[in-house]
Amino acid sequence: MDSVQIYISLFVNGLALGCIYGLIALGFVLIYKATEMVNFAQGDLMMVGAFIAFGLIAGFGLNFWLGFLLTIVLMIIFGFLLDVVVIRRLIGQPQFSIVMATIGIGYVLRFVMPYAFNVEQIAFLTPFTGKAVQVAAMTLDAGKLAAVVGTLVLCAGLYTFFQRTRIGMAMQAASQNQLAAYYMGIPVALIFSLIWGISAGVAAITGVMMMPIANVMDPSIGFIAIKAFAGAVVGGFGSIPGALVGGIIIGLVEQFSDYLLAPGYKDIMVFSVLLAVMVVRPEGIFSQMGRKKV
Amino acid sequence: MRFVFKTRYEQDLRLWRHNGDLIGYGIFLAALLALPMFAGVYYVGEANLWLIYAIAAMGLMIAVGFTGMVSLGHSAFLGIGAYTHAYLLQNGVPFVFSLPLGGLLAGAIGVAVGLPTLRMHGIYLAIATLAVALITQEIMSKWSSVTGGFDGLPVAAPDFLSIQTEAMYQGEWFSVGGLHVGWVELWSPVSLYYICIVVLILAALIARNLLRSPTGRAFVAIRDSEISAQSMGVHLAHYKTTAFGISAFVTGLAGGLFAHQISHLAPDAFNIFISIELLLICVVGGIGTIQGAVLGAAFLILLRSFIPIVRDEVTAGAGGVEFLAGLVRFVNSPGLEAAIFGALLVLFIVFEPMGLYGRWLKTKTYFDLFPLYKKSTFARQKSYVKTERLR
Repeated sequence: MDSVQIYISLFVNGLALGCIYGLIALGFVLIYKATEMVNFAQGDLMMVGAFIAFGLIAGFGLNFWLGFLLTIVLMIIFGFLLDVVVIRRLIGQPQFSIVMATIGIGYVLRFVMPYAFNVEQIAFLTPFTGKAVQVAAMTLDAGKLAAVVGTLVLCAGLYTFFQRTRIGMAMQAASQNQLAAYYMGIPVALIFSLIWGISAGVAAITGVMMMPIANVMDPSIGFIAIKAFAGAVVGGFGSIPGALVGGIIIGLVEQFSDYLLAPGYKDIMVFSVLLAVMVVRPEGIFSQMGRKKV
Repeated sequence: MRFVFKTRYEQDLRLWRHNGDLIGYGIFLAALLALPMFAGVYYVGEANLWLIYAIAAMGLMIAVGFTGMVSLGHSAFLGIGAYTHAYLLQNGVPFVFSLPLGGLLAGAIGVAVGLPTLRMHGIYLAIATLAVALITQEIMSKWSSVTGGFDGLPVAAPDFLSIQTEAMYQGEWFSVGGLHVGWVELWSPVSLYYICIVVLILAALIARNLLRSPTGRAFVAIRDSEISAQSMGVHLAHYKTTAFGISAFVTGLAGGLFAHQISHLAPDAFNIFISIELLLICVVGGIGTIQGAVLGAAFLILLRSFIPIVRDEVTAGAGGVEFLAGLVRFVNSPGLEAAIFGALLVLFIVFEPMGLYGRWLKTKTYFDLFPLYKKSTFARQKSYVKTERLR
């Protein structure tokens, strides 16, 4: 293979990986946008989604698309309940409580899922596993293309949801001022639970889309959320297009530094980019920051 | 029953609230000092770990508890302190200099991390420190000329404990598990224990003195409301950076002691899980209290030593029973310890946000005011969130 083709395939790999990061980032940006809370368990929610899909598709032998849909529904319920049972009690507490609580939830999930399914690693077949698509002179992996396309569709849908629908607007209002939103007749608590449900649904989609890319997943896959955080910060925390663009940048940086630098330096590069962005342009590419008013 | 009325402003500035407190702390200190006379070497070793975690958590408490900044990177500061101390000690720097130098380097790196991120919303600090923790761990394993890489770095015994034996011991130096055999008489967990006590008292004094100084009051003001603090003339970035630097410094000190405790440093010893453990200590002990760090560390160490005992008991007791197979699998699953810590973190934040020390205060108040105790004395004020990203 000549070097152009190597770079193109690196680019596609980075794009696909970046879309996964972008989707995880999207998950917590949704929660952040609506509730001003940051969910450090987003990666673990993705892992839970993948495990449930594994149970349904590989365990019960359901059709892939049916299992996929059912996983999303189950995860939406799970996210909703997570908010009702735990997170809702933390409204009004200092921000570090929610950070620590979600970290704790992440550790619990990372233990519970492999225990419940009695497996250390999961793998299931998707329609994209091992398939390839011929584009011009290039052979591209179908799973990666599916990740890219799926991400774009999902992002467009969510963006429209927040900008155009009543519930989406209510979510933005609840985010900007809980009390004022409540006075306007918005059921703030219900809205928050809904947004956790949606975010968990996005996590489920991410988990299933990750499968053909990762081939095998174990419970610690949730740690890739750290890179998604980097993506969200690079893109500008709290911005949906920012999460996507930031995630893709991080994915590309990771793939290219993996190829161009000595082995083992890709993580250092990713986090160096994160710290550099924080120094140079702390508000990220798509700035959402302003001054808080008293 | 005792009422402490505040009649003079100096009362707010005192190191302790009233003389009764002094007696309590005196008894605690005496018990600490006497412990090695009653407990075996194994228990002293566990107590060392307790004290070291307490010091490290006290450092984290300055950031999390006093100033309200979440740091997930204190494992890195612990590691930086440990490696710096071990490296300097190996190169002949006296213990009394190398331990603070380790702390200072950790503090300097804390300031360097804090400078760009602390101007931002609190979440950025959590993410930046997470990145720093991971980068530091990578550097520890890659910079092998200093850190020894994955082979690790043996930790020499403190020099002032080896002076006397050097004269007595004329043969070749050789070491077993990081402990130099020639020093075994003077250098034992017990001597580390007393060093830990001294550092713990120093760290507690740093934290307490900080709290009664204008700087510490600014920290608490920032925690309670950044906007109010700013409008009272507190320079946010300046004070947050100071707090983070001091916090990293204290944790770096603990790192130096930790190096002696584990006696052989490896990058894996400073993974992100240590940060979670330190946060757990702060939450369980009681956010924003110095006593909480000590209590929480005791809780963590006890829990950590009980889990294997319970695991062995359950495995031995229920191993052959058919319907208990799930239970045996449960206690032997990997990640159980982390999951228990995680669950405790959630439970304490939801049900006992003031932690163990808060529970102690509530119990004391209950008996002080009996039968007039009101639950609402300790109720939290609800606050409603306004966005920080108004366009």
